[in-house]
Amino acid sequence: MPKLIKNRALAQDPWTLIQEVANLEEIAQFNEQAIIVPLQAWQEHKTALQQRSGRCAVWLKSHELPSELGDDLHGFELIALHFPTFADGRAYSSARELRNNLAYKGEVRAIGDVLRDQLYYMARCGFDAFALRDDQNIEVALQAFDDFADGYQASVDKPLPLFRRRAS
Amino acid sequence: MYRYDNYDHKMLEDRVAQFRDQTARFLKGELADNEFLPLRLQNGLYIQRMAPMLRIAVPYGMLSSTQLRKLAYIADHYDKGYGHFTTRQNIQFNWPALTDVPDILAHLAEVEMHSIQTSGNCIRNTTTDQFAGSAKNEIEDSRPYCEIIRQWSTFHPEFAYLPRKFKIAVCGTADDQAATQVHDIGLFIVRNEAGELGFRVLVGGGLGRTPVIGKEIRAFLPKEELLTYLDAILRVYNREGRRDNKYKARIKILVKETGVEAFRDKVEKEWQAIKGGPLLLTEEEIARCKSFFHDPDYKALAEHSAALQEALARDVLFTSWYQQNVDAHKKPGYAIVTLCLKKTGVAPGDVTTEQLNFIAALADQYSFGEIRVSHEQNVILADVEQDALYELWQALKSKELGTANLGLISDIICCPGGDFCALANAKSIPIAESIQRQFDDPVLQREIGELSLNISGCMNACGHHHVGNIGILGVDKKGSEFYQVSLGGSADNDTALGQIVGPSFSQEEVPTVIQKIITVYMRQRLKGERFIETFNRIGIAPFKEEVYAKTN
Repeated sequence: MPKLIKNRALAQDPWTLIQEVANLEEIAQFNEQAIIVPLQAWQEHKTALQQRSGRCAVWLKSHELPSELGDDLHGFELIALHFPTFADGRAYSSARELRNNLAYKGEVRAIGDVLRDQLYYMARCGFDAFALRDDQNIEVALQAFDDFADGYQASVDKPLPLFRRRAS
Repeated sequence: MYRYDNYDHKMLEDRVAQFRDQTARFLKGELADNEFLPLRLQNGLYIQRMAPMLRIAVPYGMLSSTQLRKLAYIADHYDKGYGHFTTRQNIQFNWPALTDVPDILAHLAEVEMHSIQTSGNCIRNTTTDQFAGSAKNEIEDSRPYCEIIRQWSTFHPEFAYLPRKFKIAVCGTADDQAATQVHDIGLFIVRNEAGELGFRVLVGGGLGRTPVIGKEIRAFLPKEELLTYLDAILRVYNREGRRDNKYKARIKILVKETGVEAFRDKVEKEWQAIKGGPLLLTEEEIARCKSFFHDPDYKALAEHSAALQEALARDVLFTSWYQQNVDAHKKPGYAIVTLCLKKTGVAPGDVTTEQLNFIAALADQYSFGEIRVSHEQNVILADVEQDALYELWQALKSKELGTANLGLISDIICCPGGDFCALANAKSIPIAESIQRQFDDPVLQREIGELSLNISGCMNACGHHHVGNIGILGVDKKGSEFYQVSLGGSADNDTALGQIVGPSFSQEEVPTVIQKIITVYMRQRLKGERFIETFNRIGIAPFKEEVYAKTN
């Protein structure tokens, strides 16, 4: 069972992540399940996916931009951003773009090489759900959100940078 | 200088606890090598040839005497009694044990110091002119803006996993001493026609494997928009910088491949979304940061000191030190003194515990308890009364800190090289020493005049060899250490990249080759012409001819 942290707590995951969609028949087997499909699958099979009875979300590879979702964006209750390796930092900017520039309010989920020591920065950039890599210790990971009491920058959790909040 | 408040202290405290926990999990085997790697690098910790190396940040080169004493304590208790000032105004220790590092960080935190982001693919220590605030020709003190950038870049959640390292320099003086044009972002403080303060922004400069001089992407950025614009540049780089090839991952390659115009458009587009937003600097914040860098309590002194004139007339050795190592100060009766850490036989930039404590005492006695570190790996007392210079010089001589070679051929910029660094192709410290020995005579050195000689042990160019008037690069030639020589580089206002003379030389040949280069210069120079000026006039051909001439 994959480990999911949502809003700083262990959570049940109703979503099924689909790595690749070769053709639409593959989707049929998921019936009414909630699924997360790759951006490319959404772009190719949008109408069919919308007509399913189950819910559908998308995930983006680290080089894919949230703006590629266009007007569809706000129809999704979840967008997942993939870390091919934890050292690939592109999804931090994508999360921030979703929250700040595109005012996306749904769940932003980190998937892929998601490790304890990056969770604090991810949360500050706007991720609120984390599908941890299988070997991660969930108890240890939950402590990550308290690594720092505050930060200097503006962030999704604190929209004003410290210099505008500092008590003089 | 900047003083921490409760927020800054808490953040440092949290960082020490975080790294203590990460180190413990690594030692228990709960964190894999590759997972611990960026975490330790972002705390300045390398695993080197002999032992780990810990690089400690010296924000924009400023240190208090209290901090110097703490560094001396660390050198004594956790190292072998010395430290090494780097070419980016930092200090590093070559012998600490991995398990001691969290304790060292706790010691540093006590004096408002840390090793945050001194390595790794993140925004590094912001550097500036070592004379900032004291220089005679200054548009504006750069340090408040460096501190603003320090806070913005420290633990920036979005930019901790960039494609590659990222270096920012700020220059507020008329004569750039910070090599600003060869940084990922170079900021020049300027005034527009209306007299308002802002920044001229350069992007994509850098040394390393592919040396590039930064390109201007904005002629005038209002000072309040500093952080919004930096955020925009970093966002474009984080999204679009190459991640498929480590050697093409710096922003200079992105700017080159995208084209400056197209890159500027991308930055402008990002900027439009955040311009004028919460990151816009407030007058209050600028004033707050400036308040830490107010002038110290200067005395009202005469423009010229009679005691100084008298000492100059009396002592010729003092005079040569004064001419070489003392610079003009903005306040009458004061001077800027550079302690050259380039004594022959000592690795450039190395300081012992005794010297660190001694410099701290001198800072307290002569310069308001503060020092600066330059990217040339020297130490500066920036606010010394001219009346006290003779006394100071005598004190410096007693601890081998009175070398009168600032800006001369023996004031060599040099990386630690193959003796310490795991990346190096070749040794660099023994090369520096062999050249210093070749030009041992101080009279000859002064006769040769102003000249920068920079040595790097590999392509990563920590010794800034591309921008040395004479640059030396260690290369690996079929398993042997060889040295490539370049000429004509410069890191000042007229920044230029050196041209390679030709095939590389063995370690033994290097001093003779440098001797031949100097001979050509001395033969060809016009009256008053510096090495770089002669080179620019006559070109590389005469040097090449002399260096590769067959001996009959």
